[in-house]
Amino acid sequence: MASTAEKKGFWSVIWEYLTTVDHKKIAILYLIAGGIFFLMGGIEAMLIRLQLAIPNNDFLSAGLFNEVLTMHGTTMIFLAAMPLLFAFMNATVPLQIGARDVAFPFLNSLGVWLFIFGGIFLNLSWVMGGAPDAGWTSYASLAIDSPGHGIDFYAIGLQITGFGTLISGINFITTIITMRAPGMTYMRMPLMTWTTLVASVLIVFAFPPLTIGIFLLMFDRMFGSSFFLVETGGNTIIWEHLFWIFGHPEVYILILPAFGIFSEIFSTFSRKRLFGYSAMVFATVLIGFFGFMVWAHHMFTVGLGPTANAIFAIATMAIAVPTGIKIFNWIATVWGGSIEFTTPMLYALAFIPSFVMGGVTGVMQAAAPADYQYHDSYFIVAHFHYVIVGGVVFGLLAGLHYYWPLMFATMLNETLGKISFALFVTGFHVTFLIQHFLGLWGMPRRVFTFLDGQGYNTANLVSTIGAFMMALAVIILLVNIVMTVAQNKRVARDPWGDGRTLEWSLPLPVPYYNFAQTPLIRGLDAYWIEKKENNGQMLPAESLDDFHMPNNSILPFIISAGLFIAGFGALYLASGREWAIEAVSDLPQHPWAIWVLITGLLITFISMGIRSWKDDLGYYVTKEEVLNDLEEQERGGK
Amino acid sequence: MAEMEYNVPSERWPSHPETATHEGKNKFYGFWIFLAGETTLFASLFATYLALKDSVPGDDHLLAADLFALELAFVMTMFLLTSSLTSVFAVHHMRNNNFSKMQLWLGITVLLGLGFLSLEIYEFIEYTHLGHTFRSSAFGSAFYFLLGTHGAHVVFGLIWITMLIIRNAKRGLSVYTAAKVHTAALYWHFIDVVWVFIFTIVYLLGVV
Amino acid sequence: MKNRWMNAKWIGLISLLMLFVSGCGKNQLSTLRPAGEVGQEQFNLMLLSIVIMLLVIVVVTVLFTIAVVKNRRKKKGEDFEPKDISGNHTLEVIWTSIPILLLIILAIPTVYLTFKQADTSAMETDEGEVNSEEVVINVTAHQYWWEFEYPNQEVVTSQELVVPTDTRVYFNLQGADVKHSFWVPAAGGKMDTNIDGINSFYLVFDDEKAQDSDRLFYGKCAELCGPSHALMDFKVQALPQAEYEQWLADMKNIEEPVQASAEDAQQGQGIFNDSCMACHATTPTGAGSQGPNLTNFADRDLIAGYLENNEENLQDWIADPESIKPGNNMTGAYDLTTEEIDAVASYLMELEVEEGSGDVEALQQNTEEDSETASESDSEEDTSEEGGN
Repeated sequence: MASTAEKKGFWSVIWEYLTTVDHKKIAILYLIAGGIFFLMGGIEAMLIRLQLAIPNNDFLSAGLFNEVLTMHGTTMIFLAAMPLLFAFMNATVPLQIGARDVAFPFLNSLGVWLFIFGGIFLNLSWVMGGAPDAGWTSYASLAIDSPGHGIDFYAIGLQITGFGTLISGINFITTIITMRAPGMTYMRMPLMTWTTLVASVLIVFAFPPLTIGIFLLMFDRMFGSSFFLVETGGNTIIWEHLFWIFGHPEVYILILPAFGIFSEIFSTFSRKRLFGYSAMVFATVLIGFFGFMVWAHHMFTVGLGPTANAIFAIATMAIAVPTGIKIFNWIATVWGGSIEFTTPMLYALAFIPSFVMGGVTGVMQAAAPADYQYHDSYFIVAHFHYVIVGGVVFGLLAGLHYYWPLMFATMLNETLGKISFALFVTGFHVTFLIQHFLGLWGMPRRVFTFLDGQGYNTANLVSTIGAFMMALAVIILLVNIVMTVAQNKRVARDPWGDGRTLEWSLPLPVPYYNFAQTPLIRGLDAYWIEKKENNGQMLPAESLDDFHMPNNSILPFIISAGLFIAGFGALYLASGREWAIEAVSDLPQHPWAIWVLITGLLITFISMGIRSWKDDLGYYVTKEEVLNDLEEQERGGK
Repeated sequence: MAEMEYNVPSERWPSHPETATHEGKNKFYGFWIFLAGETTLFASLFATYLALKDSVPGDDHLLAADLFALELAFVMTMFLLTSSLTSVFAVHHMRNNNFSKMQLWLGITVLLGLGFLSLEIYEFIEYTHLGHTFRSSAFGSAFYFLLGTHGAHVVFGLIWITMLIIRNAKRGLSVYTAAKVHTAALYWHFIDVVWVFIFTIVYLLGVV
Repeated sequence: MKNRWMNAKWIGLISLLMLFVSGCGKNQLSTLRPAGEVGQEQFNLMLLSIVIMLLVIVVVTVLFTIAVVKNRRKKKGEDFEPKDISGNHTLEVIWTSIPILLLIILAIPTVYLTFKQADTSAMETDEGEVNSEEVVINVTAHQYWWEFEYPNQEVVTSQELVVPTDTRVYFNLQGADVKHSFWVPAAGGKMDTNIDGINSFYLVFDDEKAQDSDRLFYGKCAELCGPSHALMDFKVQALPQAEYEQWLADMKNIEEPVQASAEDAQQGQGIFNDSCMACHATTPTGAGSQGPNLTNFADRDLIAGYLENNEENLQDWIADPESIKPGNNMTGAYDLTTEEIDAVASYLMELEVEEGSGDVEALQQNTEEDSETASESDSEEDTSEEGGN
């Protein structure tokens, strides 16, 4: 397979990726696009830290700073962290459960293209009249007040990516329910699959409230409704509720798959089965469940009253229990094991103390009266970077190194990996530890500058230096990736040597149909069991025969492009109209906007119609082709 | 087994053709999960509506009790409930492998849905004349957004079912088309259930 | 040997942290230097949670370090095959129940304080009138300045909040344009100024602590509210009860705008009346206008909330507000020449309130009368109700 792929021309490779429904290629699309957005969000972070390096700095103007800050948060959450997690979910979950693809390959492709187009749409705001500037939370009163189309880019861009995320969530749940190989019971699924399942359930329940919230905001700004306009009876607190009913589960949507990645890594590089597997599964489900009952802890200072504050305070504290269970189980996994300090394992080990620190400050904030002090101060900035960077980003970097051979059949350089690990982790603590104190000393978050003489100077400079260490680490990582891709040194099956779960039983690169024969699963850590009992050979659950695979399709790309076009129509439709909010009605009118909107929607709906109209029965991979592949692998193996 | 059998002969027609294939089963589970998401979508809409239903800028603005005519809402409810029933008939005939009757009942479902939709449009026009619009108050915005989202679902469902009737006219019934019909019917039931909540929360509670 | 070293390390780390916690931050501004009851309670809760959490961090880190150090592959050998352990029931019960216990310890004061600090029932009388016995201040947050109204005395000021010490100061908070958040870190936590309704809470300023910080505390806007969010600072002056009342009486004394004395200031007053009056009031009763009340402008320490109050800064501020506070509403509201600006500036520098000019007793009487009329009407209502029965 590899050799034929290399012979293909450039454009046919592009076409292949535009039309692919293969979860492994979609994973690569998520990885590339999410990686690019991660770099953009990182550059924005550097701009923020540069501006805040010294007091009264004028490197960025106040308005531009707010745009950078908003785009940093929005990009990192929606366009970097989540897609990168989707990359690893796509790369691993079908392989871990013994499936040849996901349940809805077409929708999988639709999900990635909606995300990419939504992300591009959002970022085009930089060059099309200004980026959103009301923070990633985009609280209604400020968002309504914000001049220009920045907030509209935010709203429509997130709406498009949001559809993609929702579709991917549905797809993963269905895949995990229906596509498991024989013997792969729920309680034999690897933790990565479990956390993907729970995170996907959270997506399905958390994203619709955001969709509604954003619709309310769009309608208010562009179409003259009055959900958030107090003069006509509106109420801006509705936005805060809808946003955080989404926003809090979103935190768990991010952290749970990272937990999954870490669980795999701990057990692999300790050469030991995950301690307390069923407790881990239970804790995952419990965290997901609690995740929906605590949203108002983001709103302790809104004035919801002591009863609401007290209830949400207690509920929030309760989440610490299942999270604690997880931490102790990981330590117990390492305990008595045989630890190999590979780069992914280093990230996983660094994650434990870092994340515990982020977790305990979270519990501190659950104490509502104390949170009146922490809220919207740099303490919060420190806290959520400790969980999001110390948890999610460490997880992504660990996953990147760990799953790289599975995705590309090459290994990232371990020496460079360890150098960038050391720099990143040190830089991370230097940047964010000190910010706890800044917050306690009274520095509010989201300030574009601070005054001299308030005692914030040194701490901010330290923080900026740390940020640049992290930037350097990312640059070294990029060098590592470029070198690895250029050298293209192929590795064979089970490159880490201690693979336990099903995905490592596959030859590398993984054939496009994943499994020549669907495997039979005999327990948790399916591959490890066969290593002990069957010399590393998976038992087949079916005889070698023709099997069914889905067709590629360009329609997902076109459907997403249609929404992308329609987005511009909707955005410019409101310009200069008397019904729109003041900030938008001052802009020049665009009479063509309505046609752009209609054209875009027609493209989308007609493509959907075509999809529904045509029979798409897929195709068959013949027994002969599979046998050929198997022979070739054997020759390669010798 | 080079070609999977989609056109199952009638003597082997399964009792649940919609989940007879692997794709059909995926579609069945996936669509239920989608409906779970839709449920939170409408829950958010209902919450917004309940928060804003008494919010108007001045005393001269109409509120729910001044506006709603229960008789009309009741007739609309009957239209939609009946259409849900007729779609059950359609699925029943699909399971019995009776293609023409299935098409017939799907057609009746579409007609009833159209009836509901015309009444809703008539109702909206009436309210607009009374000064209760999307832009007149927060109550108006919330009301039209909730009912409008439901109405948009009805329109989407009608187009979907109509397309299925036409596209399947030549293809006939197979386990492949059965899954499509069943999914559309599920969607139609969901719209119906949402309407029951709208009738209770918006109309009944609004008038009481 | 190793253990002792570890202990020393931990003690060192903890004392370093304690040093950070107690030794850092400015008196006027730090949540770690609480200036009164509310801040102190919150600080105590913070300390309690920090102690519990440090305990957790220490336990986890020690276990984790031992686990990592003891189980290196180098130490155990390449071929070492660890035993697969599926779990341990006792251990799991332990590490589930201990966190629950710790959380209960934290939850009890949390719930108690949540209710205690939300109790603002004293600020209103039973009829829903402002209670004249208590110190009540209405705060309105604007982009990007603060308005403070003393409803019992009918005095309005802006940017510099004056509060009495050693008593509860009740605040009614509201945002005028977008959502802001009212925060005086040293005195206690913040509360949002929503645009949808009024939030109430109270703070206390101890006289002793106020003296330690020159009777000065800094306040900040804590909710992103636009470009100049970072510059939306205000100052709090915490005075002893008597001085506070004298200040109110002095303010109250100004019924007509202070008249300019110097020549250019007189010219400035004319320009001010033409170009600035539409937004800025110069008597302490003028609430609800577009811009900050300037009655005692020259007495204030800061211009625009953060610049030193001198004529040069004032001229810059009037000449180009956008460069001082980006996105503010004063930019472009007037068209003045440099000379005119200088004149207005010198007028504003004369807006002083004479200390000790006001009649404190009259002020107290007024307030008492208000409360009496309130209680009279109260009793009238009572009788009428009785009569009705």
